[in-house]
Amino acid sequence: MYEATNEQNNDAENAIALSVKNLYKVFGKRPAEVIKRLKGGKKRDELTALGTAAVIDASFEVKKGEIFVVMGLSGSGKSTLIRTLNGLWSPTEGSVVVGGSDISKVSDKELRRVRQQKISMVFQHFALMPHRTVLENAAYALEVQGVAKPERLARAEKILSLVGLEGWGEKYPGELSGGMQQRVGLARALCAETDILLMDEAFSALDPLIRREMQEQLVLLQSELDKTIIFITHDLNEAMFLGDRIAVMRDGEIVQIGTPDEILTHPANDYVAQFVQDVDRTRVLTAGGVMEPPLAVVNLSGGPRNALRTMRDLQVSAAFVVDRRRNYLGIVRDRDVMKQVEAHSSDLGAVVRVGIDPVSPETSLNDLFGRAVESPIPLPVVDDAGRLVGALPRVTLLAALGNVPSTTGEFPVVDAVVAPIPEQVVTAALALTEGDA
Amino acid sequence: MEPMFRIPLGDWVEIGLDWLTTTLDAVFDFIRAILVGAYDGIEWLFSAPPYWVVIVVFAAIAWWASGWKLGVGTAFGFAVIVGVNQWENAMNSLALVLIATVVTVVISIPLGIWAASSNRASAIIKPILDFMQTMPAMVYLIPALVMFRVGVVPGIVATIIFSMAPGVRFTELGIRGVDQEVVEAGHAFGSSPARILRQIQLPLARPTIMAGVNQVIMLSLSMVVIAGMVGAGGLGGDVVASLSRIDAGLGFEAGIAVVILAIFLDRVTASFGKNTAGTRGKNS
Ligand SMILES: Nc1ncnc2c1ncn2[C@@H]1O[C@H](COP(=O)(O)OP(=O)(O)O)[C@@H](O)[C@H]1O
Ligand SMILES: [Mg+2]
Repeated sequence: MYEATNEQNNDAENAIALSVKNLYKVFGKRPAEVIKRLKGGKKRDELTALGTAAVIDASFEVKKGEIFVVMGLSGSGKSTLIRTLNGLWSPTEGSVVVGGSDISKVSDKELRRVRQQKISMVFQHFALMPHRTVLENAAYALEVQGVAKPERLARAEKILSLVGLEGWGEKYPGELSGGMQQRVGLARALCAETDILLMDEAFSALDPLIRREMQEQLVLLQSELDKTIIFITHDLNEAMFLGDRIAVMRDGEIVQIGTPDEILTHPANDYVAQFVQDVDRTRVLTAGGVMEPPLAVVNLSGGPRNALRTMRDLQVSAAFVVDRRRNYLGIVRDRDVMKQVEAHSSDLGAVVRVGIDPVSPETSLNDLFGRAVESPIPLPVVDDAGRLVGALPRVTLLAALGNVPSTTGEFPVVDAVVAPIPEQVVTAALALTEGDA
Repeated sequence: MEPMFRIPLGDWVEIGLDWLTTTLDAVFDFIRAILVGAYDGIEWLFSAPPYWVVIVVFAAIAWWASGWKLGVGTAFGFAVIVGVNQWENAMNSLALVLIATVVTVVISIPLGIWAASSNRASAIIKPILDFMQTMPAMVYLIPALVMFRVGVVPGIVATIIFSMAPGVRFTELGIRGVDQEVVEAGHAFGSSPARILRQIQLPLARPTIMAGVNQVIMLSLSMVVIAGMVGAGGLGGDVVASLSRIDAGLGFEAGIAVVILAIFLDRVTASFGKNTAGTRGKNS
């Protein structure tokens, strides 16, 4: 569901939208001293008398067109972090670079220009102006930019219908439900036509069902409008659903940055592991995230004897067949290959079966259970270019859900359901046909 | 009995006043001229037309601001004022209250805005306001008298000083009470502080600020009576006269006129505060 392919698809557009380097934000009496001691190895809890270190040494880059989620418990510093990104807080130390300018260093006027043109924001409690109509609220950013009234209202009208609020423009925010108010908040931010959108717990105040709807709509809008979104949440499922990449924050520090898959499957520490324990994994994990390296892979050009030998050595009853460029062709069964060997044939292609449809790495596990259960052998995972990149044994699927390590990293291609032909038989057959290629 | 030590505070104040009146004489004359002019103008506006025209106008204002009940009540109340022969006095006092209120609001709202925008400003302004409000009101009359000479102006000036505090306080309170997220939203979209003040803070703080203005008016009205002592005339003049003559009847007639004016001003300004469109709906 989320776009794991972004990175592969637009290599050319892997430009950086926003970058943060060694960012500190300390509230309180003696911020500089707090930073000095933090660098000296003190923990933030030991320094509360001097100040509150809300963000500690944060560094990350957000790519253009990506949804970058910052996730953490309440009080972990997410809001403070996002507020330094558009200069609502100025960093105590470190830099925030948006569109080439370090916004902690620019003048007030320049900062306002950056906010008008580069970076807009959606707020947790909507932050609409209650004394203005929905339409005027949506047009606010344009008003600030100095767009003439008829034009800005017309543009706001369009955006309102984009977020599903057609015909509500003349109402006041107080007359709308929470979900609709947040659509106005979103419309206001979209109207600004900035590349970057900051969203601080934008859906946290909404009912679960409406929240779900908004999440889906946001993903849709993002794919249409190609915005760079920095989304703050304390909700793991939301983070996993929305995030192309996720930064996990704890006590002011970013403890891990990675794709949802990486965070689920390779949590950086116990804290993250604990955190991700109760996520709905089926929705988040993808085939690409949990697949195993395929071991039983044979080359079509290698011929039946090679294939049989490989299967014997691995003690499996089937193998994936690829061509020289590792394009996936199908599978072969040991019995079929055995027959070819016994018939002194060097043509492996004749016995390749194409019955099993390969799976793309982006498929979510949710959609794979049915197929995995029916298939006698692991599902082949094949990328967009047609190359075999992995295999998905049933055991792996189940292990991924339970969050237990499934293997040591290597896995035979075939589950034990179909017993391979006994080793001696294969060896005997190979010996008999020794002269063949 | 002579105290152990004597701080010559009174002498200092007089020296200071002397210095002020001699060096800033021109300034005080200027202020005096403006206030007298404004007062005369408004007073003329209220007294020149026949009283029933003025009553109809006030009743219409009350109706428009609040509803027909207040409109009818206003007409009735002002008719009573005419009936007890306090019309002219009441109009004089009303003019005085209006001028004092306008000047107070013009000074106190910016001060309140400043106090809301800076903790330091707030820390400076607050004790001064406390001082101004707790000092017995009549004390202002004497220096005002010295600076502006007998007449309506010292009354206005003393009234302004006395009623300043709620104007500043309520403005600060109102602006500080505006939902910070909405203000943040203004900043986040690149608004200038002036625009945020104009389009977000002041509109949202309006009910509170209007409550402050209401307080200012009420305090002004109460001060008007005291101002009568320095020759400001109006209802205060009659109250003072009734005191010196032990004339309970006259005192009561003037007093009832003050009460009627107070109710009228209070209800009308209160309904401006919770006016319709401005605060429609609530932002959670
Ligand atoms: N304006 C502020 N002044 C002082 N401390 C603050 C301020 N804002 C946030 N903090 C502190 O910084 C820490 C992080 O807060 P915040 O960024 O709001 O966390 P989150 O958004 O993750 O809940 C908290 O301990 C909070 O008390
Ligand atoms: Mg927060």
